[in-house]
Amino acid sequence: MTNEIDQETFAHLVRLAALELSPAEAEYLRQQLNNQLKAVQELAAIPLDPGTPVTLHGVPFTSETRPPIRVDEWVPFAHTEEILEQAPETEERHIVVPEIPHTELE
Amino acid sequence: MELCDLPAHKLARLIRGRDISAVEAVESALARVEQVDGQPGSLEPGELSPEEARRVHAFITVSADRARSQAAAVDRQISAGEVPGPLAGVPFTVKDIFCVQGTPSTAGSRILANFVAPYTATPVRRMEAAGGVMLGKVNLDEFTFGSSNESSAFQPSPRNPWDPARVPGGSSGGSTAAVAAGEGQLSLGTDTAGSIRQPAAFCGVVGLKPTYGRVSRFGLIAFGSSLDCPGPVARDVTDAALMLQVIAGPDPFDSTAASVPVPDYVAALGAGLEERIRGLRIGLSPDYFRITFFDASTGELHEQPVSPEIESAILSTAGYLAEMGADIVEDVPMPHTRYGIPTFFVISRVEAASNLHRYDGVKYGYRTPDPVADLPEMYRKTRAQGFGLQPKLRILMGMYVSAAQYSEQYYNRALRVRTLIRRDFEQAFDPGGRYRLAALLTPTTPTPAFPIGAVYGDTVLMQYADQFTVPANHAGIPGLSLPVGFDPEGLPIGAQLLGPDYSEATLLQIGRAFELATEGKAWRSLRPTVLEMAS
Repeated sequence: MTNEIDQETFAHLVRLAALELSPAEAEYLRQQLNNQLKAVQELAAIPLDPGTPVTLHGVPFTSETRPPIRVDEWVPFAHTEEILEQAPETEERHIVVPEIPHTELE
Repeated sequence: MELCDLPAHKLARLIRGRDISAVEAVESALARVEQVDGQPGSLEPGELSPEEARRVHAFITVSADRARSQAAAVDRQISAGEVPGPLAGVPFTVKDIFCVQGTPSTAGSRILANFVAPYTATPVRRMEAAGGVMLGKVNLDEFTFGSSNESSAFQPSPRNPWDPARVPGGSSGGSTAAVAAGEGQLSLGTDTAGSIRQPAAFCGVVGLKPTYGRVSRFGLIAFGSSLDCPGPVARDVTDAALMLQVIAGPDPFDSTAASVPVPDYVAALGAGLEERIRGLRIGLSPDYFRITFFDASTGELHEQPVSPEIESAILSTAGYLAEMGADIVEDVPMPHTRYGIPTFFVISRVEAASNLHRYDGVKYGYRTPDPVADLPEMYRKTRAQGFGLQPKLRILMGMYVSAAQYSEQYYNRALRVRTLIRRDFEQAFDPGGRYRLAALLTPTTPTPAFPIGAVYGDTVLMQYADQFTVPANHAGIPGLSLPVGFDPEGLPIGAQLLGPDYSEATLLQIGRAFELATEGKAWRSLRPTVLEMAS
């Protein structure tokens, strides 16, 4: 069986995933990814009736078991400081991030 | 016997009856942690000494002060004549994938190592409201991605209390190792492909994956949103029932928590149990006595039977249940069992990739300290340094198989195969069908606990450790793993009971019947090696 994901496709995936990999990491992960895809090929051989529906989660939610939709009420959170304390960088209760690439509109 | 070795239901009874205090119970558990756990998991573990290699290492965070003050509060409540909850004074641990306000909630990952949750997950809140006392947060595979705990960024990873050279299983390995070693009577775990049941089998404890939607996931750090189920890890079936009773039920904060009434799971184990077992149809399937796995080096599928010790332990379990009056139904076909892992490789990765996009170094968690030119570079460096290999692999796989040009071939096909897996169970459990099963009895795992380092690194082989447990996650049905004996090397063997949606009470009854049938057997009094070494 050949490897489905070549180095170029892999590099593209890494960019899309917002990752950076060392050469050793990239080699290991690409090999594992290809091995997993080979294991997944087993699914291709299963005869599937065209009418077989998808299952999004095993247990069906019926009108009796689906919880009612909550009233859309605004409830203030009591510990906003605890949330802000988690941010890596803040300034006057704003979260600070590095420069966002942008183009000036005319 | 020390207090920390008593089951939760007995401990709670003694505390409610004022025979002992909740503070005594928590001190006993903390003393056991001190005695057997060794250094907690950390990002900078240093060299592991031979002495530390014999410890359990279940914990990432021990919250002793919080536990002592909770226990004191339970004692004050009892002294004031108030009725304490069903878990009054029972020490428990929480897999570090749940948020607990004011505690580090790390997911076993560097990217959340500094995250302190600002709120508490619903199942934890319910356990504390019922009088439970949280001892701390226990280790797991990074973001739950594994079956051995070796992938945690917090090392040393937990070891199997029955043989510290072996893995405890995973991903709830810290939970099952802690419960087996007497470090808290109960633990809250999660199960996405078998992450409660497989480590429960490896560590000789009871683990229950409830029906999808039975237990709220509010405050659970998500992996596979169509598969994740929080559930109990306990020392016996009664304790699992007691804990499920407390954590189950609808939750306005989780729209997937079903509005299904919660039966009295504990009462179901009481008077009349024997009559309820009599005539119950319990199935055995040949498809759960062999494993099919993919060998990456040859590119071929291999089929092999489960080990003879495991097969004979499961058949002997069926024998005990037959003696209790159950009808054992053989040769139940479950032909799509073998597709559970390849299907999981696709579905879980798509969901994991989606859930992992939120970790970007902006609002919480790790942010790269390196200088960066702009925001996208900050994202890339943060994720590259914060995630371990397993999350990176799952993100890449999930993005590939859901990409527009491949999703029909992979993701949509996997969702349709999932329908076939669910149908196997629907046919087996159909009350008007040929088999009319109340439950299916299977081995929980193809092998007992494997040595540390034996499988880790081969992500395909590791995933196949979940071959018998993952079908229940695809189908959404409940599964209970219970200890049924030991192999010749002294490693625990687990049996799994699978039942229709919301049939937890029946599974617990069957499990309890097996406990009654084997009460007094010599293997029941064996103690984990780490306890023998410590005493």
